[in-house]
Amino acid sequence: MALETFYEVMRRQGITRRSFLKYCSLTAAALGLGPEFAPTIAHAMETKPRTPVLWLHGLECTCCSESFIRSAHPLVKDVVLSMISLDYDDTLMASAGYQAEAILEEVMTKYKGNYILAVEGNPPLNEDGMYCIIGGKPFVDQLKRVATDAKAIISWGSCASYGCVQAARPNPTRATPVHEVIFDKPIIKVPGCPPIAEVMTGVITYMLTFDQLPALDRQGRPLMFYSQRIHDKCYRRPHFDAGQYVEHFDDEGARKGYCLYKVGCKGPTTYNACSTVRWNDGVSFPIQAGHGCIGCSEEGFWDKGSWYARLADLKESGFGIESNADKVGLAAAAVVGGGVAVHAAVSALKRAQVKHDTSNGADKGGDK
Amino acid sequence: MTDASLPGTAPPPAPAPAAAGAAPAEEVVKGGKQLTTFYIYEAPVRLWHWVNALCIVVLCITGYLIASPFPTLSGQPSDHYLMGTIRFIHFSAGYIFAVAFIGRILWAFAGNTYARELFTLPVWKKSFWRGFFTEIAWYAFLKPRPMKFMGHNPLAQTFLFVVMVLGTIFMIFTGFALYSEGTGLGSWQSRMFGWVIPLLGGSMQVHTLHHIGMWAIILFVIVHVYTVIREDIMSRQTMISAITNGYRSFRDNDPD
Ligand code: HEM
Ligand code: HEM
Ligand code: SF4
Ligand code: SF4
Repeated sequence: MALETFYEVMRRQGITRRSFLKYCSLTAAALGLGPEFAPTIAHAMETKPRTPVLWLHGLECTCCSESFIRSAHPLVKDVVLSMISLDYDDTLMASAGYQAEAILEEVMTKYKGNYILAVEGNPPLNEDGMYCIIGGKPFVDQLKRVATDAKAIISWGSCASYGCVQAARPNPTRATPVHEVIFDKPIIKVPGCPPIAEVMTGVITYMLTFDQLPALDRQGRPLMFYSQRIHDKCYRRPHFDAGQYVEHFDDEGARKGYCLYKVGCKGPTTYNACSTVRWNDGVSFPIQAGHGCIGCSEEGFWDKGSWYARLADLKESGFGIESNADKVGLAAAAVVGGGVAVHAAVSALKRAQVKHDTSNGADKGGDK
Repeated sequence: MTDASLPGTAPPPAPAPAAAGAAPAEEVVKGGKQLTTFYIYEAPVRLWHWVNALCIVVLCITGYLIASPFPTLSGQPSDHYLMGTIRFIHFSAGYIFAVAFIGRILWAFAGNTYARELFTLPVWKKSFWRGFFTEIAWYAFLKPRPMKFMGHNPLAQTFLFVVMVLGTIFMIFTGFALYSEGTGLGSWQSRMFGWVIPLLGGSMQVHTLHHIGMWAIILFVIVHVYTVIREDIMSRQTMISAITNGYRSFRDNDPD
């Protein structure tokens, strides 16, 4: 059977050519491409067969799916129904049980080497993977099997990308990010807890229309959404540079919308698109709501101490509960300073003693 | 590198073997006592020392203020640029600090043997360890008098190497990695130093480590300034003159 193109599917669903072209421009804009890319996208969608996406769920909370189905541009309706053929997603699909597993097998054989594997959540490895069972088998087995013939893998969210909360110390189930289980496939990390819906659909749209992986940064995240920090595009940044901060959550500065740096905003250390794309169709994002960023798209954010402290906690390095660099540093400086003072006092005493001895004729002092 | 400890300089001083600058610059008799003086630290080393010290003071103050900013200012944000200015001073001092350090490395090749001491730790030399432990005993009040050294004593040399060479490299690498987050991917800072961030476990971790680095340097400075003043008073040689005008005088001519 000749595979349908995206365009054919869309037309079949009653979408006019006009709205199709509109959709292409919107997509180009969402991906940060210039308007001249709209025809490229249109052309790709008219000529390319649909790429199936298999969406697996491991140890997770489904927040990525929840986010995904709230995408405004491109409307997830379009993505799910027309652009990609989301052939297997046990949360979204209609079928269940044996029927569902049969679809998985069918896609894997029919589109061997040609489908995209999207992973939400991660495999726990302790007890032979028994902490996450899909269709009677450990999730890690399903993940490895489906990954074998995938073209590329998308790691949705901080779970698949980094481990997230289920991997928090001491990580009893040994929840492990995808790239530490699968080594032989290109992996695109789309971290966030969850990732922004438009970021998710944007990444998929890019891969399908251009038939290539988006450009990635050193950590394997798509540059178009993760190349800048929240802080770089934060609308409260002028307050940061001016030196106007919220000191407490109920103070004047908080009411005036000052920068949240002093109440532990992690925008300066977090790479994500929240401050530009925002959430829920661009309505708001945490900082706009008056709370600092907690760095949910950064590796290890769940293990670094308080949400209200900007620097990592040092208690894991053996410095006691809730220690920060300044407390440790000041304590060390006090100890060293005290040591210096005592040493100086003893030195002065010794010197006086030596002087005394010397004047008594015993010439052995270091100096006179 | 020559042995750090001074060969016996009983008058008339034996021309020390090969060591550049080992011939006494002058010998004066003061109050019935002979002072033998040598030219140790050349101008570029001294210049670097003070530029570097100034940079570090500025970097520590501004770095601390970046982490714990001043109380909030009122008025329009367009009226102020306080944090911006503090960060600008930090980054400018960071650049000077880094360029000065590169200059200091180059001078190690051009300068005299004492210009190289900072970058070398001759742990394979017996004399190094003898000096090292003698200095420890001297600081622990177990020895009535220290040894004489033309350059740094081995204990100082060890601290200088660990904190001022390795520490400076660490601060420059983490500092420019943080800086590259602002200049963005594709900038030279990012291409040269951006890899530090994933290596050390992410942006927040690099901030934390850069911050801890400041405290390590502060501890060093406390100890350094104390020991230098103490040695200037109590040891057998002058210290502060060596790093200000380059000349070090010995207070006795005993061999060893
Ligand atoms: C931020 C403050 C300072 C830093 C980071 C610092 C760093 C250094 C370094 C790296 C050296 C080795 C020089 C070389 O071999 O090229 C050195 C030597 C020296 N510094 Fe400092 N210094 C500081 C402040 C001071 C101050 C305030 C004094 C004077 C009271 C001082 C006196 C000396 C002396 C006398 C030496 C020579 C030590 C010797 O001969 O073994 N330094 N310092
Ligand atoms: C002796 C050397 C240095 C000291 C003591 C020092 C100290 C500090 C401290 C304490 C911070 C605050 C960290 C935090 O809590 O987030 C900081 C931030 C920073 N430093 Fe340094 N630093 C040094 C050298 C450098 C150098 C060489 C550079 C390179 C240009 C640099 C660039 C930065 C940057 C970009 C930041 C982050 C500023 C921000 O988040 O707004 N530092 N430094
Ligand atoms: S609120 Fe957070 S992200 Fe925004 S400017 Fe302040 S520190 Fe940066
Ligand atoms: S603002 Fe920070 S914590 Fe909030 S969603 Fe964005 S990256 Fe996550």
